[in-house]
Amino acid sequence: MIRDITIGQYYPAKSILHRLDPRVKLVSTLLYLVSLFLFRSIAGYLVATLFLIGIIRLSRVPFGYIVKGLKPVIMLLMITVVFNLFLKKEGEVLVHIWRLSITTAGLRNAVYMAVRLIYLIIGSSLMTFTTTPNELTDGIEALLNPLNKICVPVHEVAMMMSIALRFIPILLEETDKIMKAQQARGADFESGNIIQRAKAMIPILVPLFVSAFRRAYDLAMAMEARCYRGGEGRTKMKPLRYKGRDRAAYVMIAVYVAAVVAIGRYVPLKIWIF
Amino acid sequence: MSIRLEHLNYIYSPNTAYEKHALKDICLEIPDGEFVGVIGHTGSGKSTLIQHFNGLIKATDGKLFYNGENIYEPGYNMKNLRNEVGLVFQYPEHQLFEIDVMSDVCFGPKNQGLSPEECEKRALEALRLVGLKEKYYKASPFELSGGQKRRAAIAGVLAMRPKVLVLDEPTAGLDPKGRDDILDQVAYLHKQTGMTVILVSHSMEDIARYADRIIVMNHGEVMYNDKPKNVFAHYRELEKAGLAAPQVTYIMHDLKERGIPVDIDVTTVSEAADEILRALGMETSENADVKGDGTPDADAMGDDTSDEGATGDGTSDADAAAVGRTSGADTADSKNLEKKR
Amino acid sequence: MMDMIQTEKLIFEYEKRDEDGNVIGTSRAIDGVDIDVKEGQFIAVLGHNGSGKSTFAKHLNAILVPTDGTVWVDGRDTKEPEELWNVRQSAGMVFQNPDNQIIGTVVEEDVGFGPENLGVPTDEIWQRVEESLKAVGMLSYRHHSPNKLSGGQKQRVAIAGVVAMEPKCIVLDEPTAMLDPVGRKEVLKTVQRLREEKKVTVILITHYMEEVVDADKIYVMDHGKVVMEGTPREIFSQVEKLKQYRLDVPQVTILADELKRRGLGIPAGILHKEELAECISSQYTHGNRTGMDG
Repeated sequence: MIRDITIGQYYPAKSILHRLDPRVKLVSTLLYLVSLFLFRSIAGYLVATLFLIGIIRLSRVPFGYIVKGLKPVIMLLMITVVFNLFLKKEGEVLVHIWRLSITTAGLRNAVYMAVRLIYLIIGSSLMTFTTTPNELTDGIEALLNPLNKICVPVHEVAMMMSIALRFIPILLEETDKIMKAQQARGADFESGNIIQRAKAMIPILVPLFVSAFRRAYDLAMAMEARCYRGGEGRTKMKPLRYKGRDRAAYVMIAVYVAAVVAIGRYVPLKIWIF
Repeated sequence: MSIRLEHLNYIYSPNTAYEKHALKDICLEIPDGEFVGVIGHTGSGKSTLIQHFNGLIKATDGKLFYNGENIYEPGYNMKNLRNEVGLVFQYPEHQLFEIDVMSDVCFGPKNQGLSPEECEKRALEALRLVGLKEKYYKASPFELSGGQKRRAAIAGVLAMRPKVLVLDEPTAGLDPKGRDDILDQVAYLHKQTGMTVILVSHSMEDIARYADRIIVMNHGEVMYNDKPKNVFAHYRELEKAGLAAPQVTYIMHDLKERGIPVDIDVTTVSEAADEILRALGMETSENADVKGDGTPDADAMGDDTSDEGATGDGTSDADAAAVGRTSGADTADSKNLEKKR
Repeated sequence: MMDMIQTEKLIFEYEKRDEDGNVIGTSRAIDGVDIDVKEGQFIAVLGHNGSGKSTFAKHLNAILVPTDGTVWVDGRDTKEPEELWNVRQSAGMVFQNPDNQIIGTVVEEDVGFGPENLGVPTDEIWQRVEESLKAVGMLSYRHHSPNKLSGGQKQRVAIAGVVAMEPKCIVLDEPTAMLDPVGRKEVLKTVQRLREEKKVTVILITHYMEEVVDADKIYVMDHGKVVMEGTPREIFSQVEKLKQYRLDVPQVTILADELKRRGLGIPAGILHKEELAECISSQYTHGNRTGMDG
């Protein structure tokens, strides 16, 4: 069911990663994702892998739980692999099927791409596993704050994000309830073709929207009653302040990026089994 | 013809951190035509229990017999079970979705594969049974008042002509008058159509007024399964389970402890008044029509309506008038329904 | 005593619109309400759904402003735009649906939301959050997600969220309507504790009469008007009238009324079970004695 999706969810644990400032985690994740595309040699992959393993160990999130998060993106992964496999025309031809052929370069690219994507997903889900949604929005708000000057409503966007996160579990539960209620009236969501199935969703979606609007209205009223009036003049219960460990983390990620860049520059591309 | 549960167990999210043994070894029988109250505090397993009755939740372990057939046998016709056991969820008005009340009520019959004419016929019948005024049949369900919406939603289940009607807290969020209207209507339905009614509530007072039998759920187990007065006799234990017996039970026990020879088995206000006056050696002949004397008949409801007419606001007036009208005029209709069965 | 809340000929009208959004008429939800609440009082407003009681409650927090007439909260006219935030700070509001008023994803963060909006310094926010959670007995849940709490616990968190803003007055708009009996008890106990410990003025809007037996004064609303007002005893003695206004009269009160009507000599307006049992038993011993005498 929908509840099995672990990607983007918080995993409560007591680790150094959980305690880091969200800004550090956001910046580091971004840098890590970029770094994955800075090298094209096996040495680079080795460094990225070691770094990722280190972070996973530090996060104290069980490896099995992280892998579970990959499930929903398997289709996407497959498509990418297939495309890379068949579309690259250079290099020695390994297999030839009908008009399509797999070349060494294609195979290499497919493997590279798959590894990159998996690392990308693991890297970013590690951030959400170790950061509460609220910390995340606080971090985003703080990092994007300069944009406020060019009239981007950073606070409002951050507030919207955190409210959305608060209501996702509630709406999921509600969806479940409405589904059951319609099933009790004989609704069938499993059989039929795509169009029939899409039509079968209407009895779920309409009540869900109605309820979401009602909740939004109630919540807006409750927020106003508690003197909410936008970001101006607002103080923070948990303001973000860098600590020693955050600085250390910045240094570490900097060292990592430097290493990857160096490898990308100085370690030749052709160290590869093919 | 009955629902019978044998050693039924249900475990939520087994083998995870959220694992919860929601139902433990439930053995129950609900014979045909009974009005059963299910009571328990939030999290006692009562909602989980009733979702087993129409197969929405599958037991982890154990057997559930409907009319003698185990519904967990491979090849059991689950669709048919859902047609026969109608389940009205809590806040049922939240599942309304069609452009008008009529089409919404037709949703169930339509899923049963009936012809549009038959759907409409059944929808009309159901709407009359819940006492919704005819001018609302073509209105958007979202324009109705809270009580009216709930009636429309209940009609949506009744239109499937279930033999068993399960209602999960049908009065939650309604005011006293709305609550009495709905419960009286359900009692009326029970009387008119003879269907089995399973009413889930956390109000002892409500259940005491209508149910032949009470099932008390506590921590996923059946704590009591008996006639109301026998259940209320355990008022101290009920309190420990986060429930309370009706106030009259407390008063009668208190009086008894003070040495007044009253019968502590009474469960409703009028019974209690009679009993107290009897014990005090005063007359008991007058049988006043106080709220709480069980299933009202059509006449009593008519009385309520005229009473109401003087005070209610616009919507409630209309509502109440509708109740009065249906209970009178539709009696013939409902009898027809009974005959058809 | 200072006036905490005062309304004078309060009128509120909703505009009715047709499908194109043109005003086609008005509907009067509140019709000339005069209410006077002194500091520290516990006031109850009773009424069935649609009686106008919730619309009235929303005026005390300036979520709605009067169409006509005036509402003063702690001496401030709610119609004055510059007083808006002061009004909202002095009269905190708790709503019916526990899920739809919790903003934070962690209990303590939700309680901190109000003080954050008021611009309270960080250290003080922490202090207030801790104190408020303690006051509602939810301190041990401070790191929990609100989604995992029971209805009663969520409502207590919502109350803590209001308490943290240090209002002089708390308006509770049907706070127990969606709760089970255990949750209802929890919330009512919490409110009582706040009254005792923090001396806040409490205005409880409800349709459950059992909840208001301790009130200093009860107002009954119907059709947007105040139709009854008085002490609980005065109000509870008029059972027939209360039933007319579609209120849920407690069984004790109905039973007492019924017994009285049928000739038993007991006083009007019985509020508690023990009180009734006491009355009946005194009748009994009295009856027995006269029986023996005769």
